[in-house]
This record gives sequence, structure tokens and C-alpha cells, in this order.
Amino acid sequence: MVQKTPMTLAEKLVARAAGQDVVRPGEVVTAKVDLAMMHDSGGPRRVAPMLERLQAKLWDPNKVVVISDHYVPAVDAESAGILDLTRKWVKAAGVTKFHDMQGICHVVLPERGHLRPGLFVVGGDSHSPTGGAFGCYMFGVGATEMCGVLVTGEIWLRVPETILLHWTGKLGPGVAAKDMILAMCAKLGMDGGRYQAIQYAGDTIAGLSMQERMTLSNMAAELGAQTGLIAPDAVTRDYLLAAGVPDGEIDITTWHGDAGAKVERHDFDAASLSPMVAAPHSPANSAAVIEHKGVTVDQAYIGACTGAKINDLRMAASVLKGRKVASNTRLLIAPASVRTTAEAAADGTLATLTEAGAILLSSGCGACAGYGAGVLAENETCIASTARNFKGRMGAGSSKVYLGSPYTVAAAAVAGHIVDPRELLS
Amino acid sequence: MTASNTGRVWKFGDNIDTDVLAPGLYMKGPLSELAKHCLEAVEPRFAKDVKPGDIVVGGRNFGMGSSREQAVMVLRELGVGAVVAPSFAGIFYRNALNLGLLALVCAEASQIRADAVLSVDAANAELRDLDTGKRYTCEALPAHLLQMIADGGLLPNLEKKLKIQRSKEAQA
Ligand code: SF4
Repeated sequence: MVQKTPMTLAEKLVARAAGQDVVRPGEVVTAKVDLAMMHDSGGPRRVAPMLERLQAKLWDPNKVVVISDHYVPAVDAESAGILDLTRKWVKAAGVTKFHDMQGICHVVLPERGHLRPGLFVVGGDSHSPTGGAFGCYMFGVGATEMCGVLVTGEIWLRVPETILLHWTGKLGPGVAAKDMILAMCAKLGMDGGRYQAIQYAGDTIAGLSMQERMTLSNMAAELGAQTGLIAPDAVTRDYLLAAGVPDGEIDITTWHGDAGAKVERHDFDAASLSPMVAAPHSPANSAAVIEHKGVTVDQAYIGACTGAKINDLRMAASVLKGRKVASNTRLLIAPASVRTTAEAAADGTLATLTEAGAILLSSGCGACAGYGAGVLAENETCIASTARNFKGRMGAGSSKVYLGSPYTVAAAAVAGHIVDPRELLS
Repeated sequence: MTASNTGRVWKFGDNIDTDVLAPGLYMKGPLSELAKHCLEAVEPRFAKDVKPGDIVVGGRNFGMGSSREQAVMVLRELGVGAVVAPSFAGIFYRNALNLGLLALVCAEASQIRADAVLSVDAANAELRDLDTGKRYTCEALPAHLLQMIADGGLLPNLEKKLKIQRSKEAQA
């Protein structure tokens, strides 16, 4: 019998989509796209004129998901126009998988059962690697490439090398996936992923909820990787079953890397990890929270695809329970999706947050990239559970954004300045 | 772009970023204006003296930074025939090919002499130093991508394909 060369998870996913038995890193292949996701900002308003120029139709309207999240709810006539254009285009193009103002695309996509292990998915947004948490090969593309996918159902890619980020040990109390990814950003830098495939593995990852895994895959973008994969397991299955995916469509046995497949491995220890904070203006500018202790914050923001899922809100609630937001600051919370809000309302999380004095905002990108409510004034300082703290991203050019886990953001809201959240949890 | 062309080498270091290629300060203006400032932070002569067909040879992680397509468009505007580097930032690399700029991954790029005159054989993924005769092997691009680049990028390539498809359908 011929010995099969071992393949990584990324190679297996790409090979399947390319219709090949084997693919090798560096090889350029054409892959069939199982699903294309667009949002209101980079989607219809950008691709519609291109499709018109080509006089082309969608290759398969059933494989297209459109989610309005960036300009929701509209704050002016211009954003209202973009949302209106999106609704009209979706109708005309025959796209039925349309989620209008239901939450942030990277959270809504799996929540509504569109993902399952093994799929090859492109998204019109840089945080599309989030889908990698479900064992999908998912990555972000620009509008020109999205137009190509919409017309042909295909996309070319260079088969990536695999960078294995291996975590062992149990996270301590008050330490979360966000701290893990900030630690990885600090160690590897924002180009550490070299546009290859990152795969997260080890017993720490196996012990994380789907939402926590999504935080890691989401910020594979900050590591400069094309995608951020996690091999599917029982945790993946349980999440997808709850999202309404039929059991028969959830394959958690096939989509794993082979032993002996060639990877570049980096090891991390979860048990010794302390809460991390990224100082302005880069996620790679991360260090233990203690380094920034005492920095006063004008605003604390819990929001974005990265940091406002149900477990993120629960983390914040565990810090805020029985406490109040400090008088020198404000705490804004924008749950990642409408379903997240409903869940938080049902289990009492929401009441804890509002009793502490948090201001509840609508579900969408909001202030994360300066689109909606909650942006910063000149010289203001914010601590946020978002993914990026580039200069001016959340508002005025001179504003400063620190990044931290929902624990750390909530703790700063209570103290009025950056503190180690573990001080408030004991 | 022809199957083989010749151009002078402009050599740059590692991590040339999209702000150096397309400076944010001039992004609001027209492309022709932006192109005048391409790479000026590291080589002020470049935009003035570059000739159509010339070859930009970069170091590791060429094109790092933002996803702005202008970083590729300025090089096209200036007539650059190819960009060669040991590695590219992923989004820049995709943008380059999709906008019709030949980008070649060449492990030995650092050995290419500054000011050398190279011939570029895209189909065979090979560069040749016309003075010394030394050859450099690059990672090969499949025929369909070479065709896309020759057509001027993804959209013109699609336009052409759709036209052919439609005229076939009309004849049938
Ligand atoms: S929440 Fe922020 S990071 Fe996430 S998709 Fe929206 S703008 Fe991007």
C-alpha cells in the first residue's frame, strides 16, 4: 500500500475545495466556494456596480449570506441609504439568507447555522477567520475578489503553510481567550502569521467554549494569518446542533491534521498567563495588565465580534455583580447579536450589567470601527474588548484605545482606571 | 504584459509597507498624483525615474500593512512590469495579481543586483540577469493566473470570459 503523506487540517480543507487528493504549501489552486458572506459596508454597495459592469448574476444565490451590521441602526441619511440599498439588492439578487440588524456578521453567521466543519468560505471582511473556529477554511477578501466569487463560485489561493499555536494548561480565574490572543500577538507580532494558516490546538483549546474559540480565530487577523483554524470536536457539534444544523451534516472526525504533518509549532502555557492589555496603537503592543495599572479611562466599551458574545457579557457580569461603574467613567455595552441580548436577558446577565450602570447599545459594529454610537472625543482614553486599537479607529485621531478581556474592561469601569480584574473577583 | 519583458531593477529592503507605496497623505487625490509619491520615503528618485517595464525587487514581507488596493494601483500606474520578493504580505499579493500586476515569489531575490537589467519570463517563472547571465527561479504561477494578469486583472479577465461564453450561447 502506498504510504499517504500526512496533511495538515488546512491542507485537507483546501484540497477538498480544490477537488484534489493532495495539496502542498506554495501550490496555487482554484477552490470551489461553499459559502460567501458579505456585510452592508463591503457588500452590495461595492459589488453591485461591478456586477452591473459585467452584466453578471450570482453563481448561486443560496450560497450567499448577507448581514447588515456596520451601519446599524442608521445614524444619518447616508447610512440609511446604504441599508436600503442592501435590502433592495438582496431582494433583486434572490438572496434569502439575509440577516438585517440581527448582530455582527461573524457572530450571526454561525449562530444561524450557516457554518459546519469542512466548508470553504470567503467573507467580505478582515475578521472572517472567525469561521475557522468551526473547522471551516474561512478568510477575508476585498470587494473585487468578492465580485469574482459571486460570478464564478471560485477563488484562487496559495496553499498555506501551517503555524500551530499549541496551548497547554488551564486558564486561571479572570483570564480568558482574549488574554491568550493578546499574548500571542505580543510574542509573534502582527505579521507573525505571514498570511499562512494558523491552527490553535492543545488541551487548553479543547477546554474552551465555542465563543472563546471564536475570539482566538477572529484575531488570527491581528496575527496576519489568512485563517485561524481549530479542529472540530464535541464542543463544536453541541454548538452547531443548538444553532439548528442537522446532526448528519456535522462531521467532527474527518477535519483534523494528520500526525507527522509539517507544521511550525509554538508552545504556550495557559496556567501562568495573567490578564493582558494591549496599549495604543497596536494589538501587538500587549503586556500584563499590571504594566498599565492606574491608567484612567474615560470610557469602557464591551462590544464587537471579538468581545461581546454571551460568554463575554457573563465575564463582565461576574465582575460587575453588586458593584457600580465609577463616576469618572462610563461603560457602554453593545451585545454582539440580538440573540445574545435575549440570552443575557433570560439568564439575568443583562440585569446585572444595567444595575451596575452600564449603558446598553444596539447590536452591531457600533463604535468598534467608528461607525456607530460610542465614539471617542479628542484625547479621550478608552479600554475596549474589541480586536483593534489602531490610531483613530474608535473616533478622534488623538484618542487612545487599550484592549483587554471583558473581565479587564469591566474591572476598569468599576475602578475608573485599569486594574487587574482578579482583584475584583476574589 | 508580454510573455517576456525586460526592465531595470529597483531594489528595496524588508517590510516595505502600503503607506510607503501609497502614502496616506495623498490618498484623497487622483491616482496619478498618488503615484508621484510611491516609495519616496525610501527612494525619492523612484517615481521620477522608473521606466515602463522596470522591476521592483523587495525584501521579505513586501506590501505589509493595510488592504488598500492603491498600493498596487500606483505601481501599475508607473508601468512597473513585475514585483519580485522572497515573500509578500498576503493581501498585497492577492491584490497585485487581481489588479494585473505580476508578483513573483523568489527565494533568491536578495541576490539580485541593484540596477541589474533582468528579463522576466512569467510563464516559466524565471528571471535572467542580462549582464551576468545568472538565472533566478521563482515560484510558478498557474496558467489561469498568468492569463488573468495578462488581461489586466480579475475584472477585465471575467469580462472577457463572460463575453466569450455569451457569444457561444448566442451561436448555439
Ligand atoms: S465589530 Fe469591529 S472588528 Fe467586528 S466586524 Fe464589526 S467593525 Fe469589524
